[in-house]
Amino acid sequence: MALNRDFVGRIHRPADVYEVSREKIREFAIATGDLHPAYFDPEAAGELGYPDVIAPPSFAFMLYFRFGGWPLYDPGFGKKKEPVCLLRAQEITHARPIRPGDLLTQSSTVNYMRDVGPHEQWQSTHEIATVDGEHVCTVVNTMISRGTAATGAGQ
Amino acid sequence: MTSRIKFADISAGSRIPEKDIALRRLDVLRYCGACGDFAAPHWSDRISRSVGLPGVIAHGTLTMAGAVRAVTDWAGDPGALVSYRVRGLSLPVAVPDDDAGAALRISGAVEEKLEGNLASVRLTVEWGGQSVMFGARAVVRLA
Repeated sequence: MALNRDFVGRIHRPADVYEVSREKIREFAIATGDLHPAYFDPEAAGELGYPDVIAPPSFAFMLYFRFGGWPLYDPGFGKKKEPVCLLRAQEITHARPIRPGDLLTQSSTVNYMRDVGPHEQWQSTHEIATVDGEHVCTVVNTMISRGTAATGAGQ
Repeated sequence: MTSRIKFADISAGSRIPEKDIALRRLDVLRYCGACGDFAAPHWSDRISRSVGLPGVIAHGTLTMAGAVRAVTDWAGDPGALVSYRVRGLSLPVAVPDDDAGAALRISGAVEEKLEGNLASVRLTVEWGGQSVMFGARAVVRLA
């Protein structure tokens, strides 16, 4: 049950805008177990030179799900209920920390899809920017779809 | 405030303080909600085992977020993290349904000093004596 390889090179750029709030930053920081005061207290963030609280570094990845988890949850991508897909690798590069009031958009593309043994693997790049076009963060995800390679022979 | 590490004070090979974290079912559940990732292996033993996984597993990104705290707590400024990459989440971390959870030990060392007061730090994460990821590297901007 191979995934749809026509997704390679496709671009997904939803019109949605994500407005970052201090409450979501707080909730997300607590959920990652990271209680650094710069996430909660503007004064503490100010001592580090930031105009307001900042979001934890992994906040950017949350936008992947907020914007629909593309391509994984695109109905045309071919993911079935089983087997499951798991994150294999990730790289996040920050131009600056995300902060409250940021109005963020995300543009995603699929870099490649290939067989790895009995599994399929793909990589997607997600560019996060403000509505004004300021680049904020780049997330590169590599994911594995367990056992879905068409031939089973792999590469 | 936490103190900041100075670029001039470190050298390649400098160890950063080890960090021990525990991931319990409650932590995984909370992260499901905050992150919006409700994939079944993160909440259902039944479904997770049916696809060959060892029961409920932590999100790879939750493990990664815990691991990089060793670097951001050391640097004293989480906004100083410029990039963070893991080449392979090689071992799913099974989170038992008990009070202790899965115990992870994070250690790291400065790999290289780079232009612009940047330092790359190589991280390892051990769970029950096994490494759960490889190629983990964080780049931070130091004072």
